[in-house]
Amino acid sequence: MAEVSLIDALTMAMSWELEHDPDVVILGEDVGVNGGVFRATAGLQNKFGEDRVMDTPLAEGMIAGVSIGMAAQGMRPIAEIQFMGFIYPTVDQIINHAGRIRNRTRGRLTCPMVLRAPYGGGIHAPEHHSESTEAIFSHMPGVRVVIPSSPARAYGLLLAAIRDPDPVVFLEPKRIYRLHKQNVEDNGKALPLDVCYILREGTDVTVVTWGAMTFETIKAVDQLAKKGISCEVIDLATISPIDYETILESVEKTGRLVIAHEAARSCGVGAEIAAIVAEKGMYDLKGPIRRVTGYDVIMPLFRREMDYMPSVMKVADVIQESMQDG
Amino acid sequence: METIADFEIKYSQFLDPQGKPSKDMPALAKDTDELLDMYRQMTETRIFDAKAINLQRTGKLGTYASCLGHEATHVGLALAMQESDVLAPSYREYGAMFARGVTMAEILLYWGGDERGSDFAGPRNDFPFCVPIATQCLHAAGAAMSFQHRGEKRCAVSINGDGGTSEGAFYEAMNIAGARSLPVVFMIVNNKWAISVPIEMQTATETLAQKAVAAGIPGIQVDGNDIVAVRHWVGKALERGRRGEGPTLIEAVTYRLSDHTTADDSSRYRKKDEVEVAWKVEPLIRMRSYLTDLGIWDDDKEQALLESSAAKVDEAVQTYLNTPKAPVESMFDYMYEELPEFLEEQRDHAMKYGDTNGGDHG
Repeated sequence: MAEVSLIDALTMAMSWELEHDPDVVILGEDVGVNGGVFRATAGLQNKFGEDRVMDTPLAEGMIAGVSIGMAAQGMRPIAEIQFMGFIYPTVDQIINHAGRIRNRTRGRLTCPMVLRAPYGGGIHAPEHHSESTEAIFSHMPGVRVVIPSSPARAYGLLLAAIRDPDPVVFLEPKRIYRLHKQNVEDNGKALPLDVCYILREGTDVTVVTWGAMTFETIKAVDQLAKKGISCEVIDLATISPIDYETILESVEKTGRLVIAHEAARSCGVGAEIAAIVAEKGMYDLKGPIRRVTGYDVIMPLFRREMDYMPSVMKVADVIQESMQDG
Repeated sequence: METIADFEIKYSQFLDPQGKPSKDMPALAKDTDELLDMYRQMTETRIFDAKAINLQRTGKLGTYASCLGHEATHVGLALAMQESDVLAPSYREYGAMFARGVTMAEILLYWGGDERGSDFAGPRNDFPFCVPIATQCLHAAGAAMSFQHRGEKRCAVSINGDGGTSEGAFYEAMNIAGARSLPVVFMIVNNKWAISVPIEMQTATETLAQKAVAAGIPGIQVDGNDIVAVRHWVGKALERGRRGEGPTLIEAVTYRLSDHTTADDSSRYRKKDEVEVAWKVEPLIRMRSYLTDLGIWDDDKEQALLESSAAKVDEAVQTYLNTPKAPVESMFDYMYEELPEFLEEQRDHAMKYGDTNGGDHG
C-alpha cells in the first residue's frame, strides 16, 4: 500500500483502468507527454501509448463532443478540461447530448464518459482558474457530478465514474491535490456513487460539505469538539444526484443543519439540500438551516481569494450560531 | 510577399438539370437496377415528405422539417455508405435514413413527439437527429476516433447545413479530424438558406468546400441535385477514409424548396422567382429524364412508382397513428441505466396523475 496524494490517487485510478479496460482512453489538452498541467496523467502516455492517452487540439467543446461520439460507439473516454473556467464550451455538448442521448434513443445509445476538471480556489491561480460552478452541471438531468475530498475517495470514486454507464462530471478540488497523503491500496476497487460519506459522527449539528471545504469543516469541527459541540460531518461526494437519505437521517439525529460550500450561495447546491431538508425533515429541525458559502460575487483575483471563501472561523461561527437553536 | 500556400476547389456534376450526362458517367451509373433504385428511393422520400407536411397541417404531427429538394444529396450519400459505417444526421435527412434502414414510422414517431422514433430498429449505431446545429460533427469525429482506435475499417459521416458551417463545432470537428487523420466525411448540404438567412450573409467565402482548407483537409463541391455525383464522390471520400488517408469535406449544392419547417413561412424572406428557378434544377426531374432517355422509364412506370410509394407511406402513417403513447413513467426510465433513488418519488408522482396528468391545464 502506498501513501499518496489526491492527485496521485487519480493517476493510479486512471492507470488501473487503462490497464484493465481496453475501451478506456484519456484525451485532453497537454495530457500526453506533459502529463497534464497538474500532472494528473503523468507517465500514462509513456506507459500506455499515444493511442490511449491523446493530446488534442485546444477546443474544450470539441473534447467533450468527440468524447460523446466515442462513448456512444462503446468506448469509455476520460476527458480532461484544464480548468473549470474553460469548461463552459463543453456545456452545450454535456447538456444537449451527454445527458440526453440515452433518454432520447430509449437506451439504444449511451454515454459512459467522464469529464474531469480541477475546480475551486486557493492556489493563487490567474483569473478564470478558481471558480466553483458545480451547480451548473448539477441542475442537468442525466449527468452525475462527483467531487472527491481525499486520496482514497479520489481513487475509488474516479474508478466508479469511469465504470459508470452514464456520463460523470468529475470535479477535482485542486487546492487539496497535494495537501495531504493517505494510504491507498491500488486494488482497482471502486467506491459507490450516489452516496454520502460520513467523515465524523456526531450528535449536535449535521454539517454537509464537499471537496476542499471538508478541510475547513473538519478543522472547525475539531476545534468545537473541545468546546463540547459534537458535529456530524457529511461529505456529499456525489453532488448530483444527492443522497438525501443519509442527510435526513443525520438531521433526524442532530436537529441542526449547516451546509458549507466554496461556491457562490444563490442557486448553489446548498440551496437544494436546504430545500429537501425543509420539505422532508422540517420537524426534526430545532432551528433554521444555515449556509456558509462563497459570496455571490465574482471570484476575486488571488490577493483576496481567500477572503471570498469560507474559512475555519467562518464555518465554526455558523456551527456555533446553530447551537443557540433548540 | 510570396505565396506560401494556395488552394483550389473542384466541382463535379455528372447529370445536368436536363438529365444529360455532362461527362462520362461513373461505374455506379452503369448498373440500371442501381439507377432505378436511386430514383425509387428519392421518389418515396418526396412522397413521404408531402404526406408528413399534410399530417402536420391536419394536426396529426408536430412541427416537421421538410426535406423537399434535398433527396439526391440525402439518398446518394447514404447509398455510398456501408452498413457498418455510422451516420450523424442533422434533422431533415430522411432519404439518407431510409436508405440506412430507419423506417418511415420511426421518423413520424419522432416528429409526432415520441422518443421511440430515435430507437432505430435498423442502424443501431447511427446517431439520432441532432437539433443543436453542427454539434453532431463532433460526434462523427468521435465515432471515427473509436473506429481508428479499434483498427476497424469503418467511417463516420456527419451532415450539416450551410448555416452550420458558421458554428465552432463544425470547424473544431474538421480540425481534429485533420490532425488525427480520422475516417470521417463531413457533408455540408448547402441549400442556400438557414431559416431566413441567405448564404451570402452566412459567409464571405465563394464556396463552403473551402472551409476545409483551414483544417488542412480536402474539400470538394458537388452538384447536390445530382445523385450520381453525390454517391460517387461520397464513395470516394469513404474509400479514402477506410484506407486511413483521413477526412474529407464535401459541399453538396442544392436548394431548400420548402419552408424551413412547418412553423416557418419563407414568403417572408425570399422571392418566389428564386424558388421557381430552383424547381427547374431539382433532383428528380433530371433523374427521370435520364432514365427515360436510357429507355428504362416511362409514364406507366412512373405512375406505378407513385402508387406503390403512396401505399408504403400510408402503411407507415397507420403504424405511427396506431402506436399508443408510451407510458408516462417512460420519461424517467431512460435517464440513467438505473433509476436513482430520488427519482423514484417523482416517477411515482407522475404515475399517480397517469396519462392525463390529472386533467386540465391553464
